[in-house]
Amino acid sequence: MADIRIAAVTKSFGTLAALREVSLDVRDGEFVALLGPSGCGKTTLLRIVAGLETRSSGRVLIGGRDVSDLPPRLRGLAMVFQNYAVFPHLRVRDNIAFGLTMTGAASQRIEQQVARAAALMHIETLLDRYPAQLSGGQRQRVAVARALAVEPAVLLMDEPLSNLDALLRLEMRAELKAVLAEARTTTLYVTHDQTEAMGLADRIAVMQEGRIVQMAPPLEVYRHPSSMFVGGFIGNPPMNFLRLPVQDGVVRLGTLTLNAPRDAGSSVMLGIRPEDLELTEGGDGFAFRVQVPEPLGSHVLLTGQADGQSLRVAIPPDRNIGAGQTVTLRPNPERIGWMDPATGLALEGK
Amino acid sequence: MTGLRRALFVAGILLVCAWTLVPIYLVALGGIGGAATVYAWPKPFWPATLSLSNFQAFLEIEGIWPAMLRSIEVAVLCMLFSLLLGAPAGYALARFAFRGATIYRLTILMTRAFPVGILALPLAVGFVRLGIYDTAFGVALMHTALALPFAVLVTASLFLGIPRELEEAAWVFGCSGLGAFRRVVLPLAIPGIAATAIFAFVISWNEVFAASVLTVRHKTLTAYLLTLLSEAPLQSQLAGGLLLILPSVLFIFLVRRYLFAMWGVASR
Repeated sequence: MADIRIAAVTKSFGTLAALREVSLDVRDGEFVALLGPSGCGKTTLLRIVAGLETRSSGRVLIGGRDVSDLPPRLRGLAMVFQNYAVFPHLRVRDNIAFGLTMTGAASQRIEQQVARAAALMHIETLLDRYPAQLSGGQRQRVAVARALAVEPAVLLMDEPLSNLDALLRLEMRAELKAVLAEARTTTLYVTHDQTEAMGLADRIAVMQEGRIVQMAPPLEVYRHPSSMFVGGFIGNPPMNFLRLPVQDGVVRLGTLTLNAPRDAGSSVMLGIRPEDLELTEGGDGFAFRVQVPEPLGSHVLLTGQADGQSLRVAIPPDRNIGAGQTVTLRPNPERIGWMDPATGLALEGK
Repeated sequence: MTGLRRALFVAGILLVCAWTLVPIYLVALGGIGGAATVYAWPKPFWPATLSLSNFQAFLEIEGIWPAMLRSIEVAVLCMLFSLLLGAPAGYALARFAFRGATIYRLTILMTRAFPVGILALPLAVGFVRLGIYDTAFGVALMHTALALPFAVLVTASLFLGIPRELEEAAWVFGCSGLGAFRRVVLPLAIPGIAATAIFAFVISWNEVFAASVLTVRHKTLTAYLLTLLSEAPLQSQLAGGLLLILPSVLFIFLVRRYLFAMWGVASR
């Protein structure tokens, strides 16, 4: 049990800056997901915390101890790798026991811990097999069990589910959450999959081009993205953005009059999620011409145009709306976000 | 069309096989068949008489056993030097990006571009000065120079085949750099390393020119036979030749998979 403090860590590969002064605090027992598109520096950051990558500057503290210059083995952490990295020449049992064996733990304790970790991951029956005899999902379980067996102060996970097929990923995600919630291990989890981050994390750190652009609980990141990038990256389909002119401190959209945000320039971006738009009959709203309706079972996804800009709307599945039809939409006023069209950053509403 | 291509393909393979197998067959025929078969024409497919007397005669030649022991000593030394120098170099090539890695990889084979014939005299003089002329150690050094490029390239491809993450996992779970190598990399690499060792052994075992030039009284088996067999009857020469070929053929057969790996050809 320990917290992680990442203080102004930078990393450059030659002239390319992979990390620009990243600071991040993970509280004791907290699960933080590093989320971002490929190349945003999330894996580099994780590897610097692990000690597998050198940093250009900054410090890493685990449990208040400066581990910046320590080799990985002295940092008191465990890690789950994207390609599992299960040792192929060792039986599952010895793989799980590897970390404890290295610390010179008593054989009785090793046995106990292996049994416990194997039970947690439901691989008790596989202990005497070699990794080559296991499926990808089973190998992933071994990799997680190996990490849990050492009862690490800090657990690092690098896209652990990305090599699994979709169904298995869903299953492992739920299981992982249950296991880690029980273990209360401080976890730093790298992923490019926003549903994984949303589902697992206590807080999400969204990264873009070597910076953390937002660090907040999942729902807050979802509802109040700090920038157009975050709003567009998180959520499927992504957040809608409508560029609208500001006149006399108000923004007009159809028959709606919305208060423009503070610090707004001559135009502003209205950010709204597809499910935060609803159909209205006769009330105030704006016109939306449907181009493609997609019935997805849980909802119907409409793609079309409003105010000459493309927009996606999710409506209840029982509504039957055809292509070419024009409907009136009303946004949920509490879920409207404003962004600066030039910088893409969120603006404070009035 | 495909039939013709296939026929050409098979014919090519047969030709290549015949290129190596026919001489070996003739050597074996003479060695086993004795004088009657050696001088018979046309050659019978099977030897007229099967006898091991030629081998026996060969093994009873004076000085054969000391020479053979020396050959083994030289080959084992060559094997050890090649591994101790070659494996770390191969590991460095596989794991570290350093300036000039590609050039290094290419020039490593260039050591084979200098004919031993040209180097022989300066080498002999140099060895005399160093006091290692006419010693097993000296010959082993020369053979190591011949075997090292292969040792480096084979071990490099070997270490490349072991994912870096396995090593990183070992570091995270409590291993030092050396510990990770010993506990994770080495066990996975051992079959390939054994193959590399055997290959170095065979190179040394077969080498005759340098061994002849660098020794006078303490000759290796091949060098000794070169001086000796020119006066022996043909069937004894053939019997000796067969005995020399066998270990190499056997070893190469055992390690063929790893030799293919060196050239990037997958064979599973």
